[in-house]
Amino acid sequence: MTVLRLDGVSAAPWGEPVLVDIRLAVAAGEVVALIGPNGAGKSSLLRLIAGDFPASAGTLEFGARTLADWPRRELAQHLAFLPQLSLLNFPYTVEEVVLLGRTPHATGARADREIAHHALTATDTQALRNRLYTQLSGGERQRVQLARVFAQIWDSGDMSGKLLLLDEPTAALDLAHQQQLAGAIAGIAQRGCAVMLVVHDVNLAAAVGSRLLVLDKGRQVASGTPAEVLTPTMFRDLFHADVLVQQHPNGRQPLVIGL
Amino acid sequence: MITSISQRRHRARQLLAVLVALLPVAVLTGLASGAVSLGPLQALRALLAGDDGGQAAMIVQQIRLPRVLLAAVMGATLAMSGAAMQGLFRNPLADPSLIGVTAGASLGASLLIVLGGGLLHGFVGLTLVSVGAFVGGVLAVLLVYRLASSANGTSVATMLLAGIAITALTGAVGSLLEFFTDNERLRQISLWKMGGLDGASLPRLALAGVVGGSVLLALPRYAPALNTLLLGESEARHLGIDVNHTKLALIGWVAVGVGTSVALVGTIAFVGLVVPHVVRLWIGPDHRYLLPASALAGAILLVVADTLSRVILAPTELPVGIITALIGVPFFVSLLRQRHHYGMQT
Repeated sequence: MTVLRLDGVSAAPWGEPVLVDIRLAVAAGEVVALIGPNGAGKSSLLRLIAGDFPASAGTLEFGARTLADWPRRELAQHLAFLPQLSLLNFPYTVEEVVLLGRTPHATGARADREIAHHALTATDTQALRNRLYTQLSGGERQRVQLARVFAQIWDSGDMSGKLLLLDEPTAALDLAHQQQLAGAIAGIAQRGCAVMLVVHDVNLAAAVGSRLLVLDKGRQVASGTPAEVLTPTMFRDLFHADVLVQQHPNGRQPLVIGL
Repeated sequence: MITSISQRRHRARQLLAVLVALLPVAVLTGLASGAVSLGPLQALRALLAGDDGGQAAMIVQQIRLPRVLLAAVMGATLAMSGAAMQGLFRNPLADPSLIGVTAGASLGASLLIVLGGGLLHGFVGLTLVSVGAFVGGVLAVLLVYRLASSANGTSVATMLLAGIAITALTGAVGSLLEFFTDNERLRQISLWKMGGLDGASLPRLALAGVVGGSVLLALPRYAPALNTLLLGESEARHLGIDVNHTKLALIGWVAVGVGTSVALVGTIAFVGLVVPHVVRLWIGPDHRYLLPASALAGAILLVVADTLSRVILAPTELPVGIITALIGVPFFVSLLRQRHHYGMQT
C-alpha cells in the first residue's frame, strides 16, 4: 500500500527553487532515510510533505487524497513531524509535552496518558516524566520531542496509513539512544507506519533505512537499497569525500569508512 | 523540581477554588469600604435592601457596586488578555499593550481631551473620551496587524516590532499634543493615563460586562491551541491547529477587551503583564487552567487595589494604577528570586 506519492514535485517557497522534480513513493512500513550534503533540500522535502509550504509544481498525495485536500486535524492524526529545532521555553513537565502530541485526537484523558506512557518508554524518557522540560539537556529534550511525535501517531494495533517525518532525530543523541531510536523506528515500521528521516551518519542511515534517497541541490540523484546507493563513486561525486565501502560484519548492510 | 501532572492539576484546581472563594470576599470588602465605612454584614444588608434601604443602600447599590464590579470585570479581562498574548508571542514578558492597543487608545483619548474643548464635561465628556480611546486602540492594532501580515501569514515577531514602532509613534504624537495644550488639559490627560475607576456607572458597567464577558468566554476556547503554540507555530500547525485563524481571533478579542478597558478605566499597567506570569509560576503553563485562574486573580487584584485607592487617603482617591504596581511588584520580585525553583530560565 502506498502511503505517500510525490509526482514531479517542485517547490520554491522563497523564490529560489529548493526542490526540483521529486518523484517518490513510500509504502506502508517502509523506512526512507534521506542523505545528502548540507543544503541539499532534505529538511525542505520533509517540511513540504508536512505542509509548511506549498509545492509550486507536481502532485503530492497522502493516502488516497491530495495532501491539500486533507482536513487539518485529520491529517495531524496520521502525519507527525519532528523539526530540527525546538523553540519551547515554557516550563511544561515532560509528560505534558508528550501529551500535547495527543491534541488532534479525541481519545480521552485515560487513553492519552496510556499512549504517552508507551511513547515515553519507546524513547527512554520514562524517568524524566515529572521533570520540567526547560531543565533538561539538549539530548533529553530531543528524546522528549520524539516521544511527542510518537504519541501523536501512536496506535497499539495496525499503523499503516500513518507517516512519521523526523528531521535529524539523532543529532543530539548518544550512541545508546541512537540505537534505541533505531529499534523504536523499526518497531513502528513493523506495524505499518511509514517513516522518512534525515540522518547525517550514513552508517546509521543504512542501518535504519530500508531505502536511501540521496538529494543534491534540491534534486533527487539516487534512490535504492543501502547497498545500491552507498558507493565510493557517489561519495566522491556528491560529498567530494573519499571513503572505503565494505561489507558490514553483520552481513546485512554496507559499511562506509571515512578517515 | 519534580512535579507530576496530577500534582500540577491538583494545585491548579486548588488555586482556582481559593480564587473563586476570595473574589466575593474582595467584592464585599470593596462594597463596605470608602468614605462612609460599613461593616461587611451592613454592606451585605445594604446590597440586598429594596428601594427604601436608606443612605447605606444608596451608597452601596448606586455608587460602590458599579465601581467594584467594573474593577472585577476589567481586571479579569486585562489579566486573561495578558495570558493569551504571552502564549501567542511565546514570551512571558509579553503584555497586551505590545500590540499597540494601549498606546493607540491613549492617543485617541488625548486627542479628544485636547481637541474636544468645552464639550468635555461630566458624563458626556467622559463618554466621548472613552469612544476616542476605543477607536484609537482598535485602529492601532489594525495597523500593527497589517504591517505584520504578508502573503505568508502574520509573523508574531514582526507584530512585536511593529507594535513597538506604533507605540513610539503614538507616544510622540501624544507628547506633541501635551506640549501645546494648556495646563488644565495636561493634568486631565495625565490623570486619565494613570487609570481610575471613578467614572463607573451602570451604563459603563453594562458595556464592560457585555464586552468583558464575551472576551472572558471566548479566550478559553483557544486554550488547547495556545498550549500547542508554545511549541512553535509550525508545530502547532502540525498538530492540526488552524494557526492563522487562532492568531487573528486572539488578537481581535484582546484588542476589543483591552481597548474597552482603556476606554473605561484608563491605562492600568501591570495587571496584564504580571498576573498571568505569577499564576504560571504557580501552576505551570497549561492554558486550560492558566486563563481562568489569571482572570480570577486579575479581578481580585484590581478590586483590592481600587478599594485601597479609595481608603488610603480618603476622601481623596489615588490613581489605581499606582496601587496595582505597589501591591504587585514586591510579590512579583519575590517570585523572580526563586525563579529556578519554577523552571523559568535566565
